[in-house]
Formats: sequence, C-alpha cells, structure tokens
Amino acid sequence: MTINEIQDELIDDFAFFEDWMAKYEYLIQLGKELPLIEDSYKKDEYLIKGCQSKVWLHADYQNGKVIFTADSDAIITKGLVGLMIKVLSEHTPEEIASSELYFIDQIGLKEHLSPTRANGLLSMVKQMKLYAVALTVKN
Amino acid sequence: MQNLTKLLVPLYPMERTAVLERFDVDRVRKDFPILTRTVNGKPLVYLDNGATTQKPRQVIDAIVNYYTQLNSNVHRGVHHLSQLATDAFEVTRRKLQPFINATHEHEIILTKGTTESINLVASCYGKAFVNTGDELIISAMEHHSNIVPWQILCEERGAILHVVPVNDAGELDMETYRSLLNERTKMVAMTYVSNALGTINPVKEIVALAHAVGAPVLLDAAQAIQHIAIDVQALDVDFLAFSGHKMYGPTGVGVLYGKEKWLNAMPPYQSGGEMIKEVTFAKTTYNELPFKFEAGTPNIEAGICLTHALDYITELGLDNIASYEYDLLKYATSQLLEIPGLRLVGTAKEKSSVISFLLDGVHPYDVGVILDKLGIAVRTGHHCTQPLMDRFNIPGTVRASIAMYNTREEMDILVAAVRRAATMLL
Repeated sequence: MTINEIQDELIDDFAFFEDWMAKYEYLIQLGKELPLIEDSYKKDEYLIKGCQSKVWLHADYQNGKVIFTADSDAIITKGLVGLMIKVLSEHTPEEIASSELYFIDQIGLKEHLSPTRANGLLSMVKQMKLYAVALTVKN
Repeated sequence: MQNLTKLLVPLYPMERTAVLERFDVDRVRKDFPILTRTVNGKPLVYLDNGATTQKPRQVIDAIVNYYTQLNSNVHRGVHHLSQLATDAFEVTRRKLQPFINATHEHEIILTKGTTESINLVASCYGKAFVNTGDELIISAMEHHSNIVPWQILCEERGAILHVVPVNDAGELDMETYRSLLNERTKMVAMTYVSNALGTINPVKEIVALAHAVGAPVLLDAAQAIQHIAIDVQALDVDFLAFSGHKMYGPTGVGVLYGKEKWLNAMPPYQSGGEMIKEVTFAKTTYNELPFKFEAGTPNIEAGICLTHALDYITELGLDNIASYEYDLLKYATSQLLEIPGLRLVGTAKEKSSVISFLLDGVHPYDVGVILDKLGIAVRTGHHCTQPLMDRFNIPGTVRASIAMYNTREEMDILVAAVRRAATMLL
C-alpha cells in the first residue's frame, strides 16, 4: 500500500470511533501492544527530546526501504508514534520525503502535532523525513 | 506520609462555615468571565493557576479603559494624557508599598515579571558585591528562574553556588542550610512557596540565619504573593520578586522590592531613557530610585492595570483568601489520596495551593491529555524545576494548582477525572 492508501485506511478506521474516549482507548491499546524498539536503541543518541514525553527513534535502510522503530515513555504518545510508523515505515526514502501527512488532522488528533504539546511527536515526524531526505541525497 | 496529617484533617464544619462567611466564592466567580466558558464541550475547570491566574472583570475593564481613555507614554510628556497615564502608573507603585509593607515607595521597582526581577538582582547586586571565592546559596526546589541567573553570576565572578537539599516530603534541609552559611556567603536566594510541590518555606528563619552572617536574602514570591499576606519589614527580607499575572493582574508587569540601602548601592541594570539624570558624551549621571532601574518605556498598560488586581485582592483580604484556599487544598488532597495508585509528590507540613501527583506507572503527560479532554486544565511536566524532579527521580508530575475562584465541586470533578484517567491508563 502507498503512504496515502494507509492514511486513508486509518481515517476510515477512526471514523468508527464514536467519541474521544474510544479514540484514546484505541491509542492507549496501540501503545501498550506495540513493542516498538529494541532496548539497545533506547539510548540518548536515538532520543528526540520533547519537553515532557520522550521519543526514541531508530531507522534502518533495507532493500531500498526505510524501516522505522520507535518508542516513548508516555503511552498516548507511544500510540501516536505507532500510527506514524504504520504510515511511514517500509517505504522508499523518496516516498517518505515527499509524503504529506494529512491523516492526523482528519482523525481529529491534530492537537498532538502542535509544537506547544511538547510531546516530541512533531520533532519525530521531522526527524523521520530528515532520515529519508538524507538517504535520498545519498542515493 | 506522616507530614500530611495536617492536610488530611478536614476543617470542623463550624470552622468551614466561618471561612465561607468571610469569603463568598460564588460572588468572586461572577467577576471572572472566562470561568463560564467550556473546553472540549465541558465546563472549564481551571487548575493551572500556578502558571497564570485568570483576570477579573475589573482588570479587563481597566485594560480597555486604558486604551480608550489614557494611552500615552509615562514620565515624559507635559501634555494632559501623559500626565494622566503617569499618575495612573504611579498609583500602582503607591499601592504596592502598603501591599507588601515596604518602607518606601521608591523601593518598588516595576519589571516585566519575577524572572526579570531576579535577573536584575543577580546582575546588579552581583557586579557590586560578588567576587571570586564568594558563596551564594539557593535551594533544590528553585524554579529555573532562581537557579540560572545565579549560575551565570557565579561563572562570571568565579563564585561558588551551594544548593540546600530537600527531604522526601519536599521540605528544606535546614541543618544543611545552617552549615552552608558563613562570612563568605554573599546572597541567599530562595523561593517562598515551591511552584512544583507547594511547600511553604520557613522564610523568617531563613532570613534571620542569613543576616546572622551578614548575607542578604532574595525571596522568589511568585507563588506566594497571591496566597499569603507578605510583610517585607516583618520578614526583614532584602529583596522580594513577584509577577502581576499570577496575582490576577495583567501579564508583562512584575515587581522587585529591594531595601533602599541595597538598591542605592547597586549599579543600574539596563541603560537608556528614563534611568538617566543627565547625559553628556563625557559622563552620564543616573536617575534616582526607582527610575534608575526602569530604563525604557515600561509596559504601561500592565503597570496601570495591576492596581485593579491589587484592589481586588485587598478588598477580599488575603487572610480570607488563604483560609478558603487552605480548605480546598485539604479537601482535594484527602479526596485524591483515596484513588488507588495515586502518589503525592510534595507532602510538606506547610503547604499552599499546589497538589503535585503521579499515578503509579503512568507518565504525567498521559494524565494531562485525558484531563484536558475532560475540560480540566492542569500542568504536567517538570514545572521548570528539573533538578527537583531529578531529586525525586521522576520525569515530572501532574500539578493541580488552586486559586481563590476554585470550588469544592471543581475538586470533585478533578478527582472523578483522575479516576477515569487511571482506569484508561492502568
């Protein structure tokens, strides 16, 4: 699936949630279920410093595709990180670098990408794209 | 937990009735327009008062009145509006003097806020009095604003910064404080009330001990001025710093009180207009107090309108406000502690208006997100006290900070919301 197809699928999924509670319960569940990163990558060098919750991000480049793994110490942030990975991981650097992330807005979680939320998510998205751009240039 | 006992004993019903007779919260709430709005479809429960307080109609009206009737620069023009604006601006200073019981009106310096007040002292007092090998004392519960200016000063002057530790309850270790004081101590800078824990420090004792070795004391009163009646002469404190926006006044104005003898002995802070007496290219002479420390056009609107916040607080009476808020603090603390897995951070015997807590195994950020969805504004994170959070080995806390317009009903909403967050997150 392309990045946009995945985004559209998530938008459809979230349309079923009746209220914010259901949405957040899903995110919390997603956060709890996903073993997102190997402990060896939970080091400062992979840390994206948000003001409050921490996010660790690691990128691998295999067979022309970028594989992202990540984690967070806050469970809602971790759920959101999980969504980002679902959308961006396992695509080519070119696809990631040129992607436009519209799903967060459409599923009603836009506030979490605001710089004032201080959850590290916005920095994470930037970092994911930077990896991709760096790899594109290298290629 | 033993220190909490005082907070967990509710007020006797008769005692509470007396408190409520002296403080009509329903009437107060009607003066704060923002309290009627909703957030995320829920009535706003504003418990981030440690960050900033809401403004009463009297202050908001004064701001509108300033721009529709008075707007003009102060201390300069001979024209009518400038005279009116200058008079109104100076009324604030005149009212601040009795508000904190300063000896002289010119001991009140108007600044941007607490941060600037502290920076002013660190910079100007530092230039005049701090030299290589001198020692300064702060505490482990200081806000970054009362840490970093002193660190910078110490680096510049080759001085040593000592930190008084806190115990598990979040109280100052007074024994260590005593042992750190000596004839090389050139400044003690401490907070009156901890913004992250709510601890009320024994400031009178802190000042007396510092004076015994000849050291002046700066009190960061940002979290005290709106909750506790302060008498700078009774405390004998040398400097006091606080902000207008945390005491129901406008943002952008703060106060530095300094004893005349120190202020006169300190060089100016910034330079430019207003702070001068005479400028020639050969030599500039400085203006008198307080203008020596007020270079440039001040925040005139905020300066003038702070008067109305002072009037508002004075009319209600800080002692009445304090006893009302104390009842709320006791009530909310005892209710929150009923929640399984909830741990208070900061259990000092003497506390004011701050409840910091954690749910076991849950990041404070997650709790904050859920509470926000329920219309409750709290602060989560390190509260600009990273060394203190490190001391407790936590990433931060959820902080509910109380103001005079909060109610027991709002505390019930908070408790129910924290329960809901616990169910979702644990």
